[in-house]
Amino acid sequence: MTQLLGQFINLLGAVLLMLAFAMISQRRVLSLVHLFTLQGAVLVVATAVVGYATSQPHLFVSAALTLVLKVILIPHMLHRVIDRLEVRWDTEPLLNIPTTMLIGILLVIFAFNLGLPIARFSSTIARGTLGIALACVLLSFMMMITRAKAIPQVVGFLSMENGLFFAATSATYGMPMVVELGIALDVLIGVLILGVFMFQIREQFDSLDIRHLERLKED
Amino acid sequence: MQTDPTQWLLLDWAMVLIGIWLAIGVAGVWALRRFALVSHVLFPLGGAVGLGLFALALAALFVPAQVAVLAIGLPTLPFHLRLDALSAFFLMVIGATVAGVSTFAAGYFRQGEGTPPGLMCLQYHVFLASMAGVVLADDAYAFMVLWETMALSSFFLVTSNHRVAEIRRAGYVYLLVAHVGAIGILMCFGVLQANTGDYSFANMRAQSLSPFWASVAFVLALFGFGAKAGLLPLHVWLPEAHPAAPSPVSALMSAVMLKTAIYGLLRVLFDLLSVQLWWWGVVLLAIGLASGLFGVVFAAVQSDMKRLLAYSSIENIGLLAAGIGLAVLFSAYGMKPLAALALTASLVHVASHALFKSLLFLSTGTVLHATGERSLGKLGGLMRAMPWVAWVTLVGVLASAGLPPTSGFVSEWLLLQSFLFTPGLPDPFLNMLIPVVAALIALVAALAGYTMVKFFGVIFLGQPREPRLMQAHDANAWQRRGMAWLLLGNVLLGLLPIQFIQLVDPVTRKLVGDGLGPTVAQHGWLLAPTALERASYGPVFFLLGVAACFALAFVLVRRLYHGRIRRAPPWDCGFPWQTARMQDTAEGFGQPIRQIFEPFFHMQRELPSPFDTQPRYKVVVEDHFWNALYWPIVDAVFRAARLVGLLQQGRIAVYLLFSFVTLVTILLLVRQ
Amino acid sequence: MSFGWTGALSQLLEIVLALALAPLLTGWVNQCRAWLQNRSAPPLLQPYYLLHKLFNKESVVAERASPLFRAAPYIVFGCMTLACSIIPTLSTDLPLTLAADAIALVGLFALARVFISLAAMDIGTSFGTLGARREMLIGFLAEPALLMVLFCASLISTSTSLATIVETLAHRELAIYPSLAFAGVAFTIVSLAENARVPVDNPATHLELTMVHEALILEYSGRHLALIEWAASLKLFAYSCAGLALFFPWGIAEAHAPLEMLLALPTLVLKLAIGGAALAMLETLSAKMRIFRVPEFLATAFLLAVIGLLVHILLGS
Repeated sequence: MTQLLGQFINLLGAVLLMLAFAMISQRRVLSLVHLFTLQGAVLVVATAVVGYATSQPHLFVSAALTLVLKVILIPHMLHRVIDRLEVRWDTEPLLNIPTTMLIGILLVIFAFNLGLPIARFSSTIARGTLGIALACVLLSFMMMITRAKAIPQVVGFLSMENGLFFAATSATYGMPMVVELGIALDVLIGVLILGVFMFQIREQFDSLDIRHLERLKED
Repeated sequence: MQTDPTQWLLLDWAMVLIGIWLAIGVAGVWALRRFALVSHVLFPLGGAVGLGLFALALAALFVPAQVAVLAIGLPTLPFHLRLDALSAFFLMVIGATVAGVSTFAAGYFRQGEGTPPGLMCLQYHVFLASMAGVVLADDAYAFMVLWETMALSSFFLVTSNHRVAEIRRAGYVYLLVAHVGAIGILMCFGVLQANTGDYSFANMRAQSLSPFWASVAFVLALFGFGAKAGLLPLHVWLPEAHPAAPSPVSALMSAVMLKTAIYGLLRVLFDLLSVQLWWWGVVLLAIGLASGLFGVVFAAVQSDMKRLLAYSSIENIGLLAAGIGLAVLFSAYGMKPLAALALTASLVHVASHALFKSLLFLSTGTVLHATGERSLGKLGGLMRAMPWVAWVTLVGVLASAGLPPTSGFVSEWLLLQSFLFTPGLPDPFLNMLIPVVAALIALVAALAGYTMVKFFGVIFLGQPREPRLMQAHDANAWQRRGMAWLLLGNVLLGLLPIQFIQLVDPVTRKLVGDGLGPTVAQHGWLLAPTALERASYGPVFFLLGVAACFALAFVLVRRLYHGRIRRAPPWDCGFPWQTARMQDTAEGFGQPIRQIFEPFFHMQRELPSPFDTQPRYKVVVEDHFWNALYWPIVDAVFRAARLVGLLQQGRIAVYLLFSFVTLVTILLLVRQ
Repeated sequence: MSFGWTGALSQLLEIVLALALAPLLTGWVNQCRAWLQNRSAPPLLQPYYLLHKLFNKESVVAERASPLFRAAPYIVFGCMTLACSIIPTLSTDLPLTLAADAIALVGLFALARVFISLAAMDIGTSFGTLGARREMLIGFLAEPALLMVLFCASLISTSTSLATIVETLAHRELAIYPSLAFAGVAFTIVSLAENARVPVDNPATHLELTMVHEALILEYSGRHLALIEWAASLKLFAYSCAGLALFFPWGIAEAHAPLEMLLALPTLVLKLAIGGAALAMLETLSAKMRIFRVPEFLATAFLLAVIGLLVHILLGS
């Protein structure tokens, strides 16, 4: 039974990676937010399953917190921001999408290679997924770098945090509650600040294209 | 060499046959302008000799190695020759291809094309003799002499039509890169002889170099043989030289000469060097894949049919290098059966590429002969005027695209099978790279299909883009005989891969210590390199299956319904005018590739605007390597030459001063 | 897997079943699409009536068509029939799988694609050559993606023979393979592209700028068109059965239990019905893509399949 649960967690990790990859190849901002919501939901299920399989009740609390924050609250805020700013499309990203995907593959190989020796030493139920979680983090980071509008960058930042959370769950059965609450609060404040930031950019430049920020450089 | 002919070894007979080639060449000089004699007697005779060499090499695969020493050469280093399994395999490929190409050439050459026919006969047969000699050479001196002869004679062949400036330039680039490569090979031999002063291969085999020097030898060999084979970045001569040469020569260069470079690489890597390192395999894989992808992407955007085939040759050589790299990788980790599988895949590809590429080049030769056009923009609809050539070319095109049941598919199948076994490698990083490599090979194969559909479709199908194409004549008797022989080879290799692998077995046993022969022989008509449940392929059954469905459908439809046909103008959605210019051009067919793979190309575009009264569209697709690598080197060389040129002051006093300074320096040195 | 009478019988049964059921599958998908789009559907057996009508009609061939044009429909039909006969639908006891494995299956599809593209270029009209170019464009990315998907399954079962793959996957204890999840998504994308379905190509369109498959067969009529339409439904059948065999292999009979085939037939029909409805749902929910978004779409499939292979190596499953 435990083996089946282990494989199920591996499957959820694979779905997480697939969603991270899908986010890179998405052009539309709304679909991006939907994918992020889905990623949060998968994370909730994964945390709950790990908690059930190892009989650690504090992971259930973790899962509930993630549910409230990442599946309900933050997507709601993002939708409101999108409505207020009337964003629908993203412009062409800085690198074209096939090149981004190719770099993504190289990052995945790199992350898997890093994760392999650590996985051999770990004894948790989901040890194979450390490489996957690392890959998610790197892919989201790359998404932040290669996008030209502000909202995909915010989504990238949030999904990076998703990856880190999954890494923590799979490798060490979750972080201490205090650390987790602290991180959750940080993320919330971060999103609030970024929301304010986006309004400011929009007011200044009449567009959310971050390349306009380069004009602020002193010459 | 004994005087009694019945006691002669196979190697002695091989030398006799090569000697006959040289004799034919000399006879050509004697009959310098006697066109009929040269083309209808001497060339077919050369082809027959090629056939003899093929049969001889076939027999030589199964006997132990034979050596001979010829009295020519340096006093301390006479020519050593050796006929072992590796030489015999490549000699077989050379002989079979030459038989077909020489017969074709008998019907191809016409009078008055720059070089007198007798001179061309000499250059051609010296080329053949030197290629056969290269694979027989057993010491560095013989090898280099024959290699140089091969390069020089092929240079003269490439510039046969020397009145055209472009062809002269192409020949010059070819000669330059060939010599740069030759320096690499020479230095490699210098490293391999490990300071013993004995340059024979037997001595080099006995040496065991330290990993550092072995790696130096590997890099030099890769540089030197890669320049001749056309691997990136030393490939720039291929797309210039192959189109410039007459078609039979292009066929030989692409099909056979590139393979002598592969022979050299195999000889150095597996025979002369005693161990292989894993990173050599990775480097070979990387360069092979880069060449493969580069070659096929460029082939897809060409508008000259011979340049397209030249880039396709670069792609195939890249795939060969990738296969050899995999074999080196397995061999470095001691996984002999898998190394044998990868090496078998490469050797089958060597033979299959030689056969189908020469067939394709010869068919472009017939098209050129019949229409005088090389540009794809002026061809089209030739299937009606030249049906024999078109159907034969179709088989070659299917083989080049790697489709079952042809020979191209067999080598691709074996190569992909060897990739599937790589998760057994000890290094996890390599394990992860290998699926990516297999994916790239699949991509290259798919793009090759795209290119070949463009090649066949634009030349033979559709409407003729020039009105006079309808008067094109089909291949003549000699051309047909040559192409039929190569077609037979293609078909047999595709349908009887098991028997061919038995021929490859002695070669892989010699090189990596294991072979597929016994495993493959167990299952009759099915090719199963490991176990039958794991993977199997039966080309004969495949072909029979498709043919049976074809025949059954044909017969049943006619029996149950009817077989009436009515001819009418084409439908074309009811559009009344359909001129030849409305169909897709070669540039149009390559446009998706230009768009998707844009970073590969260096494009210069001239686009019309909607307001032009006479709109003009022009796109020139070039190779980045010229601007990034070659022109900077040329500029640096010119600058260095100019610096040295400062010495040439033009005043006598300065030159006398040079002599004076030299004299004083020598006296000072002597005084020490 | 010795060649015995049961093997020959099950092989023959499978070929006949494929030929008979393929137009039914197409008809079912069209029905589901019609229901989802709130219009009344053509009868379920409409594709059969179409084939019968086309076979009866005279074949009108362009004056300048070559023998290649007339031979291509038969070749394509032969390739698709052979493809259907090596994919285990009812049973894995198929002697022909010894002659052609997964790589040869991809090669079969490529062979059919090359011949139909050449036939389209044969007449020399702008539509034919446009269709040929687009078909090869879609094909050159779909073919490696399909090969990688099959490799994912091959790595798990250490074999490229389709019969062995299905037996291994059906026989493991209920196990979830994450690499197959990636392969599944990639396979869905490739099937949509290769079978000329929305979002890659609209099978019901006749607008010149949006045609791919239709442009290829524009000049065919009569029995040639009938064979090509039948081959297209056989291709959809082959892809559906391949998907079912790789990802939902339960219910297929084994070599030593020929009577299980009686149970396998209703299972197959049920699985195909659900698959067809899912395909219709996918088609209705998607919009057709611009032609140059299609390579990106297929590149996503290709890279997903490669990641599936990498996940397999990482996780060992």
